[in-house]
Amino acid sequence: MAVEYKATQLLTEKPRHYCPGCGHGIIHRLVAEAIEELDVHGDVVGISPVGCSVFANNYFNFDMVNALHGRAPAVGTGIKRAKPDSLVFTYQGDGDLASIGAAEVVHAAMRGEKISTVFVNNAIYGMTGGQMAPTTLVGQKTTTSPNGRDEDWCGSPIRICEMLSTLEGTYYVERVALDTPGHINQAKKAIKKAFQYQMEGKGYCLVEVLSTCPTNWSMSPVESMDWLKENMIPYYPLGVFKDKGAE
Amino acid sequence: MVKFSIKEELCKGCELCVRACPKKLLQLSPDKLNEKGYHPVMITDESACVACGSCFSTCPDTVISIVKE
Repeated sequence: MAVEYKATQLLTEKPRHYCPGCGHGIIHRLVAEAIEELDVHGDVVGISPVGCSVFANNYFNFDMVNALHGRAPAVGTGIKRAKPDSLVFTYQGDGDLASIGAAEVVHAAMRGEKISTVFVNNAIYGMTGGQMAPTTLVGQKTTTSPNGRDEDWCGSPIRICEMLSTLEGTYYVERVALDTPGHINQAKKAIKKAFQYQMEGKGYCLVEVLSTCPTNWSMSPVESMDWLKENMIPYYPLGVFKDKGAE
Repeated sequence: MVKFSIKEELCKGCELCVRACPKKLLQLSPDKLNEKGYHPVMITDESACVACGSCFSTCPDTVISIVKE
């Protein structure tokens, strides 16, 4: 039997602007493959955030809208309500979703909007130069926490999946990671499931993907994957936090 | 028979595929630079590749494609 691994047609051939080893490239592929496998690619609207993935519209071969910083779930709400048959997803980083856009995502989830969110958590503000994010781990060094995040001064990192899974409006919440090929396959399954639930008209779905930022973590891409495994996964445990479809 | 192809001009030499390959068949080309100035990845022994797809799966720039007949 022939086995084939090649880039899907839903990704453009444009070279991506991301740094070497950036998780965004992997997640772009997973999103595109999930959509291709669901066979809905004629009617998809993605909403890109502000952050490193602000130009994600250059890399996907379907309609994309760029929202104001943090406002992707609000824009997604409007698009989905106007075009209920479309697959509408937001693609947001931790600076966009967990920080400036925290209110938007909480309220979209509370309302049970029938959209999906791919939340990329790399524990730092990437595009702006490696400042501390709400998701930065305690003790992690960033340009605005050069001695490591101080818990007394800055509090503890926010766990978005745990928080949103308490809301009645969320239908499916899972956290996945990119550190091994096995985890990457699991991430794709989770994204596909979130899109599948949306196409079935179910409620709000969010998939949090633990990713890396080798440049701002000051590590090689390989070291950063090991750092993710050793430091992020213990604080942000992987797994399904809510799946109303499986209950 | 496995056909392994690499789009060298897209490779940024991050070595995530080198880390992922269970057969340790991948390395950065020591003597070659692409347009961006990176050493692109290369496969040392195509015939030993089992087409598991781990390198494809971890590549952020979809540089690698594999076809197994």
